[in-house]
Amino acid sequence: MQASKAIPAPRRRALTSDRIVTLSLHVLAGATLLLLLSFVGYIAYSALIDFQPSLLEFSPTGIGNQLFNTVYLVFLSLIISVPLGIGAGIYMAEYATHGRIQKVLRIAIETLSSLPSIVVGLFGYLVFIIMTNSQWNLFAGALTVSILTLPLIATITEDALRALPASYAKGSYGLGATKWQTISRVLIPAAFPAIITGIILAAGRVFGEAAALMFTAGMSTDINWNSTDITSPTNAFNPFRSGETLSLQIWASRSESLDPHASAMANLSALLLLALVFMFSIGARALSRYLNRKNLGDTK
Amino acid sequence: MNIESTLRNDRIWRHVIQGAGFCLLLLTIAIGVFLIYRGTGTFTTYGHSISEFLFSTTFKPEDTLNGGGQVGAAIFIIGSLITCGLALLMATPVSIGLAIYMAEITPSMGRRFWQPVIEIFVGIPSIIYGWLGLTILVPFIQRNTSSDSGFSILAASIVLAIMIFPTITSVTMNALNSVPKTYRQGAYGLGATRWEVIYKIVLPVAKHGILAGIILGLARAFGEALAVAMVIGKMKALPTSLLSPTVNLTGAIAADMGGTMEGSEYNFALWSMALLLFIISLFFILLIRYISSKGGASLASK
Repeated sequence: MQASKAIPAPRRRALTSDRIVTLSLHVLAGATLLLLLSFVGYIAYSALIDFQPSLLEFSPTGIGNQLFNTVYLVFLSLIISVPLGIGAGIYMAEYATHGRIQKVLRIAIETLSSLPSIVVGLFGYLVFIIMTNSQWNLFAGALTVSILTLPLIATITEDALRALPASYAKGSYGLGATKWQTISRVLIPAAFPAIITGIILAAGRVFGEAAALMFTAGMSTDINWNSTDITSPTNAFNPFRSGETLSLQIWASRSESLDPHASAMANLSALLLLALVFMFSIGARALSRYLNRKNLGDTK
Repeated sequence: MNIESTLRNDRIWRHVIQGAGFCLLLLTIAIGVFLIYRGTGTFTTYGHSISEFLFSTTFKPEDTLNGGGQVGAAIFIIGSLITCGLALLMATPVSIGLAIYMAEITPSMGRRFWQPVIEIFVGIPSIIYGWLGLTILVPFIQRNTSSDSGFSILAASIVLAIMIFPTITSVTMNALNSVPKTYRQGAYGLGATRWEVIYKIVLPVAKHGILAGIILGLARAFGEALAVAMVIGKMKALPTSLLSPTVNLTGAIAADMGGTMEGSEYNFALWSMALLLFIISLFFILLIRYISSKGGASLASK
């Protein structure tokens, strides 16, 4: 009682507002968490409430084909973007370490990474579809999506290499190793945990991409699972067939919302996409922690 | 292994790595050149003026090679500006509040728990936000307001706000975390409350980083296509209220590009919109660069 009286009025006001702000920030954070939980809950609920086993079939009535296309597209795009991205990252970190080239490249990477995906999709449509005179196909989609993931992989590789202690490279050079030997046998293995995390994050981005794919990978899918001829337009592994992904399937069902089957498919696609994204982001965290621990263990 | 082949290897790999770097550069230049080449077709091939494109609200391009239509894209530009502006107004206070909470009020929980939560928000594909908007928000607006269909600027802004708030939050949190501890200790030592420390010391010092985060969020909102297109209603008319449907730049490209004839006036008009988006995103990058360089300088001088 005595003590609280001793606090002058302005201070008391400051203490009160501190308490009010703290409380409201607690509420805000709680609301955010609630929002996330309700999103996930809503998607899971609406996917499960009209779930039928046929929705999982690898046929036009199920989303199996779309799931396959999504995974296959991610795989194709990583084949393209991982070597190029890692190469560009090494170049930025180890070869073009200063000067104008590095400045220009950095602006190029920033520009690429900030491009709206619809603009990238348009570019892909023009270059990989119209200029090559081809139909919508998975390979064009993979190339287009690679434009989105390249800057991500390059930046992460560069950062990972730069974060290594300078003594790693010095030790290697001291033993008489060439630059490439140093990079390939010392620096890349040491930076590997960070690089693999970056690749997984990039893959997670491809899973959900839709705008860049709608004019490149196409909005239809027709797979004959009995086909063994990879050049056939209905063979699952033919990269030059059109392939609708899960996210494109959701986009396609926006206007067909009157058809309960389409919305059931979209709900299930959304749930699957969400699960894939969660798996990848949690997986990336766990893997990088594991690899880091293993690396530290080795040096001891 | 003999030395000569080792050295040759070294040279070969140097060229390979250099090639990868130049590939990236070439790709960026190619995208820029194609966008400029196709995007200026409206003005060179079909002879429209830039001011018509930017300020006229009559968008009736001909889908033929002869041209002769009108390419005023003002409705699309205004649609983008309004939805992004509203989204920013909604997202910014929430984001800054959350970042303060994560960085200042529960620092250890902030790193271990809240940061992954925000990362999950960032990772949710935009198409899912669009789908949620379409299945929850649009029917909700239709039921509870005077809006006929529920497709509206309001729905689009809310979807965008939910999409960009995690981006702003994580950049802001990094900015707050990079404020040196001694600043806070000094203020606490003088008897300031936590809110006074945040409000009078931490926020002013971190303001450049926060601004960069807000611009990054704005850039993301401008470039988002499908999530907005799903809820904005796609009506080529100027909006009269928050509840009226309209269109935006990205939505128009997404909806119409597939149906236009290659090289037609309509086609080129859409490319001009893509060029405009490209220029806007370039402008945002330069702005962020400028702000961060200023922020770094002011922190160092203190």
